Amino acid sequence: MMRFLLLFSRQGKLRLQKWFTPLTDREKKKVIRDMMMMVLARPPRTCNFLQWRDLKIVYKRYASLYFCTGLEDQDNELLALEVLHRYVELLDKYFGNVCELDIIFNFEKAYFILDEFLMGGEILETSRMAVAGSLEEADTLQEVKDQTVYYSVPQY
Amino acid sequence: MSDVVEKTLTALPSLLSLDSQPGSAKLSSSSKLGALIRGITELTSKHEEEKLVQHELASLKDQVSSPNISMRQMKEAMVRAIYCEMLGYEASFSYIHAIKLAQQGSILDKRVGYLAVCLFLNENHELLLLLVNTVLKDLQSTNLIEVCMALTVVSQMFPKDMIPAILPLVEEKLNHSKEIIRRKAVLALYKFYLIAPNQVQHIHNKFRKALCDKDPGVMFASLHIYLQMIKDNPEGYKDLTASFVTILKQVVSGKLPMDFNYHSVPAPWLQIQLLRILSILGKNDQMSSEIMYDVLDESLKRAEINHNITYAILYECVKCIYTIYPNSDLLEKAAKCIGNFVISSKINLKYLGLKALTFVIQQDPKLALQHQMTIIECLDHPDIIIKRETLELLFRITNAQNVTVIVEKMLEFLHQSKDDHSTIDLVGKVAEIAEKYAPENKWFIETMNTVFSLGGDMIQPDIPNSFLKLLSEGFDSEEENQKLRLFAVDSYISLLEGEIKKLPQRFLQVISWVLGEYSHLRTDLDSARVITLLAKLLDMKQMSGETKTWVLMAMTKLCSGESSISIAQSVCDDYSSSMDTVLRQRAHELQLLSQDSALRGQLLTLHSGSEPLEVDSSLSFLDAFVSEALAAGAAPYKPPHQRQEELAQEKALSLEPYELSLPINMSSSSLTGRQSPTLMSVSSGLSGDSTELSLKGNTTILKLEGVKRVWGKEGYLSRKDPLEEVIQVENPSSPSQPTGTGGTPSDTPTPSATPEPEHGKQQLASSLFIGLGSQTSVFLMGKSDPTAQRIRRKVKTPNSSMAVTERGSVSSTSSAVDNLLCNNIPESANMVQEVTYETPPPYKTELDARLNEDLIDSTPSPVQSNGVETTSDKTESEITDKPRDECSSISLPAKLSGLPHSEVTSLCSNQTVELSACHVEKHDYVLLVIFISNSSDSDMENIHLQVISEQLEVSLLCESPLQDIAKHSMAVCQYLLNVRRPVVHFEVVGMLSYQTSSENQEVEFSYKLPLTSFVRPLEVSTEQYGTMWLAFSNDTKQNLALVTDGQDPLTDTLDLLKKKLGLHVVEIIGVEGIVACRLVQDQPCLLHCRVHGRTLAVWLRSPIPELPDCLLYHCQRVLEET
Repeated sequence: MMRFLLLFSRQGKLRLQKWFTPLTDREKKKVIRDMMMMVLARPPRTCNFLQWRDLKIVYKRYASLYFCTGLEDQDNELLALEVLHRYVELLDKYFGNVCELDIIFNFEKAYFILDEFLMGGEILETSRMAVAGSLEEADTLQEVKDQTVYYSVPQY
Repeated sequence: MSDVVEKTLTALPSLLSLDSQPGSAKLSSSSKLGALIRGITELTSKHEEEKLVQHELASLKDQVSSPNISMRQMKEAMVRAIYCEMLGYEASFSYIHAIKLAQQGSILDKRVGYLAVCLFLNENHELLLLLVNTVLKDLQSTNLIEVCMALTVVSQMFPKDMIPAILPLVEEKLNHSKEIIRRKAVLALYKFYLIAPNQVQHIHNKFRKALCDKDPGVMFASLHIYLQMIKDNPEGYKDLTASFVTILKQVVSGKLPMDFNYHSVPAPWLQIQLLRILSILGKNDQMSSEIMYDVLDESLKRAEINHNITYAILYECVKCIYTIYPNSDLLEKAAKCIGNFVISSKINLKYLGLKALTFVIQQDPKLALQHQMTIIECLDHPDIIIKRETLELLFRITNAQNVTVIVEKMLEFLHQSKDDHSTIDLVGKVAEIAEKYAPENKWFIETMNTVFSLGGDMIQPDIPNSFLKLLSEGFDSEEENQKLRLFAVDSYISLLEGEIKKLPQRFLQVISWVLGEYSHLRTDLDSARVITLLAKLLDMKQMSGETKTWVLMAMTKLCSGESSISIAQSVCDDYSSSMDTVLRQRAHELQLLSQDSALRGQLLTLHSGSEPLEVDSSLSFLDAFVSEALAAGAAPYKPPHQRQEELAQEKALSLEPYELSLPINMSSSSLTGRQSPTLMSVSSGLSGDSTELSLKGNTTILKLEGVKRVWGKEGYLSRKDPLEEVIQVENPSSPSQPTGTGGTPSDTPTPSATPEPEHGKQQLASSLFIGLGSQTSVFLMGKSDPTAQRIRRKVKTPNSSMAVTERGSVSSTSSAVDNLLCNNIPESANMVQEVTYETPPPYKTELDARLNEDLIDSTPSPVQSNGVETTSDKTESEITDKPRDECSSISLPAKLSGLPHSEVTSLCSNQTVELSACHVEKHDYVLLVIFISNSSDSDMENIHLQVISEQLEVSLLCESPLQDIAKHSMAVCQYLLNVRRPVVHFEVVGMLSYQTSSENQEVEFSYKLPLTSFVRPLEVSTEQYGTMWLAFSNDTKQNLALVTDGQDPLTDTLDLLKKKLGLHVVEIIGVEGIVACRLVQDQPCLLHCRVHGRTLAVWLRSPIPELPDCLLYHCQRVLEET
């Protein structure tokens, strides 16, 4: 099972974080800091796998963005690498030739895509078409203009 | 920073053109979020960023609390709040609005609301309680998207205590017509299973239905749950092996829809998941493994395309092949696969190849020899990760001959490494192998010095402890001891005379202890000189208080003679007024003892040996003091766990709903501590403790039912049998296994003519891989080389030999280890068996066929998909039922046949021998009867039967060694079993070695017997029961199902327990009943039962910590079966 997925830039800016097991904010910050330190220090053309505490770290760089995930011990590193790749493919399909800026400005969309793809740290939908389909379905709803006033809805 | 700006500018045109594309999101350059992001990008310092974000947060706060904000604006504000949080600034004012947005908004607002909730709050946040209602509403929504969102949020984060509230709704979704909903529901249940396994116990049948779902996606999702459940209890799911094999076959041959392909490989995620499940099912189970061989072969064959994903499958196949019962053909293919990985130019594959090699090296050391040159190259690889992994591999093949080279390589790495975690890990490994294989004293002490200096203060505390223990307890020869101690003293004196600033605290502690204890051995060394050196340490600024105490204690041991006493006095003056109480006490001790030499001589005799100290662990000398204090009105002592639980009980709000469809676990304590059973019944009825509390107790029963170990440390290597590891630790001259029935040294590739630079590597290779070939297998078969291990601890009493194994991370007992050692049992029974198993005896195949028939019944098929209700929880006895008929010809010895006994079960068999066993329940013990029947045409000679168990004491009943068994005849061995540590099912493992027609053979077997075989009624009166109840400290409570078909549910239930488990019903009073039993050796367990509505609240107490839980498990089983 994946424990977390982080996206960060070459400059060490966090772009997306997804935690699949509960951690305190302190622990999260520690993980983020350690990941950036380890991954950004790796020279090019080295192995994509690292060991951090008892977790396997799998990372991959796409253009200026690093995708980094922490796996449990019995997980398959190569498979995780392909999971990252599939996520990039999904982003690419949705945004059309995705770049870091797409993810910066539309990070909530990136989260939604991730939620359709992974659930609880495991792969939910392996088919690229299906993920795209369910996202479009939700997006079409966006066209409906919605002007409800927030506080006019009855209070709970 | 300018880099980013530049990138933004160059990307701008493409960004603008994006707008017109369908499906792509619009980049809102005019939006507030856009402005914020752009604003931040333009800043140059962290300080400015902070100012900007704080400003933003302030305006956000205003905005969300303004009365006429629209939903749309709220959503937008929420996105900005998420962004600020991601930058590391807290926006806690928006949390409540996130929940509100999820609750009240339209679908899109809701989605943002849920997202914000997931990102803002963690599982324990109190605001999450407000979310429960929203989730409930959405789960019942007719809108699919809302249901999907609710399921997603539930799997991401949900308060554990609230699971029962939504569980029925999530369960219902398993029957939903849409695949995506079913899939998400299964994954949500998987999540529940991980965090609260007890809550989803009752839906195991529904998981089976999900496994048989017509949509492969739902089936795939259910595999996550199955993997977890099988990991927790492999025995319970053996019947599914054939089904999983069938599924994998279908996947591999491309029967799934094209949708599931990834880079034209059929459903790789599915394949890998199935392979992982199969490897657990096939581990140590020949029968299940044999079903898998075909499909594994097929998977290896199919994975041909040159792509990462096929390598991922291959890697998983290899792991599986090496985990399950070995098959020579597959092993060969897997070995080839590993070879390809290791020599691959792709660095990721090389890494995995090394990992796989590390994994299999103990089973197959030949493989390391084949790749030794590659391994040598990896040692000098520019990527530090590869280097690290190579060292890990070398660690596994260390033996007495190559230890110096390997340690040298490791220390070299340690000098470069900057990563704390790997430093600590590696330092521990160096210490371990140095102690085990040290060739000489000087080397050992010097290596340990480096370990202590490099490891610094992060070093695991057991390294210095075990080092000091080794020095003090010493080895078999006293002369050697003295030499080692002397050398240590010399080395430390010279260290202290050098640069002392850099020495870490822990190292200084070790040094002071050794000098205090042993510097008198060096007769030409003046104690004043040592004391001066130690006093110099005290002056150092960075010395911790703890280290100073060590130094003072060393001084106390040393101070004799004029000059040293004067130094000691001045030190005392400094520290006798220290703020640190421990330090002050030590200073006073030093002062007193340095003045009174007679007292000192009495206290600190220079004893050379190490007579075991008598320790009064019960602290009985304090009894008078305690009773005095009690009489004076002091509160009686409560153990820490009890205090803690009471505290928790006072504070915590009970979040458990009152009505539950499943039994709640009662926690193992109550508000009022120890009470009589009758008093307790009041509180037990009311306090429905959350199940979480009872999970803490690390109970056996819960382990069986699948508590997930989160953040656990478990590698492939830990999957090995404890038995194997024991040998690994204790038989240092042989880290490798004999290969087959005779290893061949000729596999070592030694190219005749090598160019000059290659020569160095060749040399390194020969020094590293020495002792891996046939020599070791000779060691294993014959007696072990006495010179191989110089530093070997003396084994004095069973207690101290326990201590020897304690560092090896193996929790096995010494007697097993000793037995194994003195019999020189080779480790690789598997490898040998593999040869002998190729042609199974005829009756076995028949049996296989029958078993297969049974298994096929549960194979999923569309027709069955709705009605497959095969009982997933087969009891042990049902599983072992099957082979029974085969052994019916074997009968018990006449004097045993009248006693209650289990049926004779076949353990294993090959062409020559069939092993079967049963157990006989006697009043005071359990007898294990093993039948060895020689089915070959030649006599069996030199028979050696070894039977051990981790949880049981096993002793051979008759002392005479086994006679040779003539052809077609049988021998019977009887073993006496007594409980050492209660578990739900005991496992006895054994190994039979023998000779037929001068060929050495071995077979391994294992036998399981339930705790119930050891349970006997305990006949006590109600008064005796009362006193015993108060005396016992380990307890467990649980609600069990009542037997409700008769007149009196309580009597019926207790009678059933009495009949099935052999308990003694002491008395039944109204709605309460008290029951007692004991394990064979008089280890009692008391049960107090009380009818509460439709359940029976049971409270168990025993002096044995594990017993209540184990017994409870069996009670539960018995009651569930009816």
